[in-house]
Amino acid sequence: MATKSKTAGKGTRKRAKDEGREIIRVSEHTAEIVSDSGEGAQKCGQIFGAVCAKMGNGAWTVEIIPAEIQPPPRSKAGGSGNRVRFGTERITNWGDATNLVVAFNEQVLLGRHELDALADDAIILLENMWATHPDPDIQQQWKEALEALSTRNYRIIEVPMEEECLKIVEDPRRGKNMFALGLFAFIYDRDLELIRAQIAHQFRKKSEEVYARNVLLMEAGYAWADANLDFRIEIPTVKSDQPMVVMNGNEAIGMGAVAAGMELCSMYPITPATSASHYLSDVFDKFGGVVHQAEDEIAAVGVAIGASYAGKVAFTITSGPGLSLKQEFLGLAVMVEVPLVVVDVQRGGPSTGLPTKVEQSDLLAAMFGQHGDAPHVVLAPATIEECFHSMVTARRIAETFRTVVMVLTDANLATGVQPFPRPELDPRWQQAPVSLSPIPEGKPAYDWDPRTGLSSRRVPGQKDGMHTATGLAHNEWSKVAYDPESHERGCRMRSRKIAVLQHTLRAPEVYGEESGDLLVVGWGSTKGAIEEAVDRARAQGLSVSSCHLTFLSPLQPGLKEIFRRFERVMTVEINYSDEPHDPFITDENRRRAQLCLLLRAHTLVDVDCWSRVPGQPLRPGFILNAIRERLAMGVGV
Amino acid sequence: MTHYGCSLLSCGVIDERTFEMDDYQGAVARWCPGCGDHSILTAVQRLLEEEQLKPEETVFVSGIGCSSRFPHYLNTYGFHGLHGRALPVATGVKLERPELNVFVVMGDGDCCSIGAGHWIHATRYNVDMVALLLDNNMYGLTKGQTSPTTPLHFPSNTQPRGTYLEALNPVQATLGVTNASFVAQTAEWIPAHLYETLKAAYHHKGFSFVRILQRCPVYTASVYDEAVRKPDVIEMMVHDDGIYLPDLDQIYKQKIVHNPKDIDGARRLAEVTERVRLGVFYRNEALPRYEDLRRLPAHTAEERVRLLSEELDRYAV
Ligand SMILES: Cc1ncc(C[n+]2csc(CCOP(=O)(O)OP(=O)(O)O)c2C)c(N)n1
Repeated sequence: MATKSKTAGKGTRKRAKDEGREIIRVSEHTAEIVSDSGEGAQKCGQIFGAVCAKMGNGAWTVEIIPAEIQPPPRSKAGGSGNRVRFGTERITNWGDATNLVVAFNEQVLLGRHELDALADDAIILLENMWATHPDPDIQQQWKEALEALSTRNYRIIEVPMEEECLKIVEDPRRGKNMFALGLFAFIYDRDLELIRAQIAHQFRKKSEEVYARNVLLMEAGYAWADANLDFRIEIPTVKSDQPMVVMNGNEAIGMGAVAAGMELCSMYPITPATSASHYLSDVFDKFGGVVHQAEDEIAAVGVAIGASYAGKVAFTITSGPGLSLKQEFLGLAVMVEVPLVVVDVQRGGPSTGLPTKVEQSDLLAAMFGQHGDAPHVVLAPATIEECFHSMVTARRIAETFRTVVMVLTDANLATGVQPFPRPELDPRWQQAPVSLSPIPEGKPAYDWDPRTGLSSRRVPGQKDGMHTATGLAHNEWSKVAYDPESHERGCRMRSRKIAVLQHTLRAPEVYGEESGDLLVVGWGSTKGAIEEAVDRARAQGLSVSSCHLTFLSPLQPGLKEIFRRFERVMTVEINYSDEPHDPFITDENRRRAQLCLLLRAHTLVDVDCWSRVPGQPLRPGFILNAIRERLAMGVGV
Repeated sequence: MTHYGCSLLSCGVIDERTFEMDDYQGAVARWCPGCGDHSILTAVQRLLEEEQLKPEETVFVSGIGCSSRFPHYLNTYGFHGLHGRALPVATGVKLERPELNVFVVMGDGDCCSIGAGHWIHATRYNVDMVALLLDNNMYGLTKGQTSPTTPLHFPSNTQPRGTYLEALNPVQATLGVTNASFVAQTAEWIPAHLYETLKAAYHHKGFSFVRILQRCPVYTASVYDEAVRKPDVIEMMVHDDGIYLPDLDQIYKQKIVHNPKDIDGARRLAEVTERVRLGVFYRNEALPRYEDLRRLPAHTAEERVRLLSEELDRYAV
């Protein structure tokens, strides 16, 4: 990055000019940018989020994705952008409502308003070119929109973005996002050097000129805000005493795969899993790794299994529809005891469902989607940091237990960006290549320990180890065996391993008091929102705790004991469940959320659930309401 | 991808073993008496012996079907996986372990129906392996259902009044795929030809697709009847760069000289006629192989940690 333009740098903070300006001091804020898709709002938000994290704020960013595939410009359903919640402390979820929004037109803003995404006192910076647009229809829409918005206490500030950007570029459609970034930079007093560096990173594949132009636009936004705004928002930053990194969940999965020493990612493109393979495709070769884009999901998992059988631990990454296609092969991997890691970045289903949006509805498919009895491991990272480490854990378990390990993340983790402590890499995570030493005479292909079901891995190249791995029922010599004893034994051995793994796990920690009126149980990406809701409930004097499960198969030990200490237990999940008071719904026919179903079967405790499928992460405020509602229904109902 | 290479397998250790046919014998084959798969198994064992392939460095991958039981009957490594999905597994094996000898055994339902997508793409990847299509024109294991290669009007249990569609031509289909590098056809009832074809396939560097006409005495006994009884139905494609067995001249008088380099000629000859053509249709070793294109230098764990640490720097706060 050679270009350096002179502008307000670090030294300009707290200038005399700020005197007379209102300084709003808060411990956290949620800022968002929305535009038509293609106007670059997502990029702006990503840069802003990364800068906040780098300055030492806790942060969590969420993409705002249009509700339609090809939305027309200026439509309520077409808003695209990014929402950044950041604060002095660690931020664990996307929060409730936006406090400050930069909107490129009044229609996308109206869309956000109608979704109830904005706080009642939100500050709105709105492009005002539409007010005087030559098209009278547009002028009319503007008027009507502003009227609708006036029903709330929003503070609307009109910004001549188009006009200002035209001073620098001919086509402000490409560049307004950087102007907006400048607005944020001023309002939140961000470090401009860091912003420039982040712009350089974002446009690293583009020319020097593109970089320079974007910096100019950003600086123009900054200058405009400086000259025109009578407030600034101060969110103290605290530099962490440990080194931190910031990335999204899919990047964390990719890096975790590298850290775990995996060398083959065999995949077929599908949203929202794809960006992990994009990331890996970019960097994997430098680590000696290959991203194989197969002809379909079935082939993708087949190639991974072939590679694992041959001595590597490969992984495949997919989302819902792809998971369905892989199921037959997953059962085979369990049957032949080939280690395999499968990442499922969950999205809304069934069918093509909500391809870009979050849901936690693949849990049962992940666990039981294979035909026959196919015991395997399912785990779910709850944070972006855990996405990274889950790959290391998954590989180790897959190899030690010769089984399939599924890692369930979701669209929220995949695209969310959050800072976390920099992992301390360890070469031992990668494990030595498999042994190619000869097999002693008389040692069967599956030398199952009758107590644990564990057996030693065997790969081609090992002298005297020849055998045919088969998906047919087989005995310890891997010979096809249909007799009752052989099949029952095989099933028992494969199942026993999972019990052995369960013995190595710790009971989940209870967040809050160890006993009380209500225990909220969650899994996956909802952890931060649930814990925040629990904190708020406790602050209101409610006796609520939570516990978050990392392992779904096997379930962690001690659940029954923990549940017993609470009057009521309720899961909170992003998958469908019937509400108890819905028409036709009785306690008997009620379809419960997926983890809830598992926990009821597992513990025989009358676990309740509150679940939603909005295609969005859960808001802590909504979870809090659910908690209050369930408690009001009376303990033990 | 890293590869264990010869260093871990054999270098430094002088391997003085020699292998007899018996050394490749696995479980006793359980195919029906008269099933063509028996003679294919014998020819394959002969090839393994002739080439002295180390049993532990040889992997047979199959799908599901009568023919896919093949690996069980060999004393090599085997992977008997899913119906139609042998090729992806074999691709994974070879990607990670290019030094292994990889063979794939598929039935016609396996390869040309449920696994047809993989067949096209495996042909295009051109990974160095031998793919055998054991074509009995019928689903054997599931007891007599129409397959894509069942001849027109031939009855089956699912189409008792005869099939409705013209049979798919596997040779022509394979020759139509970009990057196809070796395509041959042989018949199990001509052991010498079968053996030579397998040998040529084995020696070809790339994806060697061999369709083996295979009799099924139970469901399609009559299909190859004429070809078996009347040698004149068979036309041998001969060439110095292909297969030429002068000993067979006495029986198989119909011959055509075909240079396996000639793709247009190959496609023309692959068209269905009254004649059954055996020999190498096409061979081209100059085509790129996927495993070579994707091969990367090996990395140690420490190197990876160092590089990943640099990568993390880019994301440092
Ligand atoms: C997914 C799936 N579908 C169907 C089957 C049942 N099935 C087993 S083998 C087979 C066809 C066998 O025919 P072919 O591939 O021609 O082999 P052959 O038995 O004739 O050697 C079928 C349909 C299966 N095992 N798996």
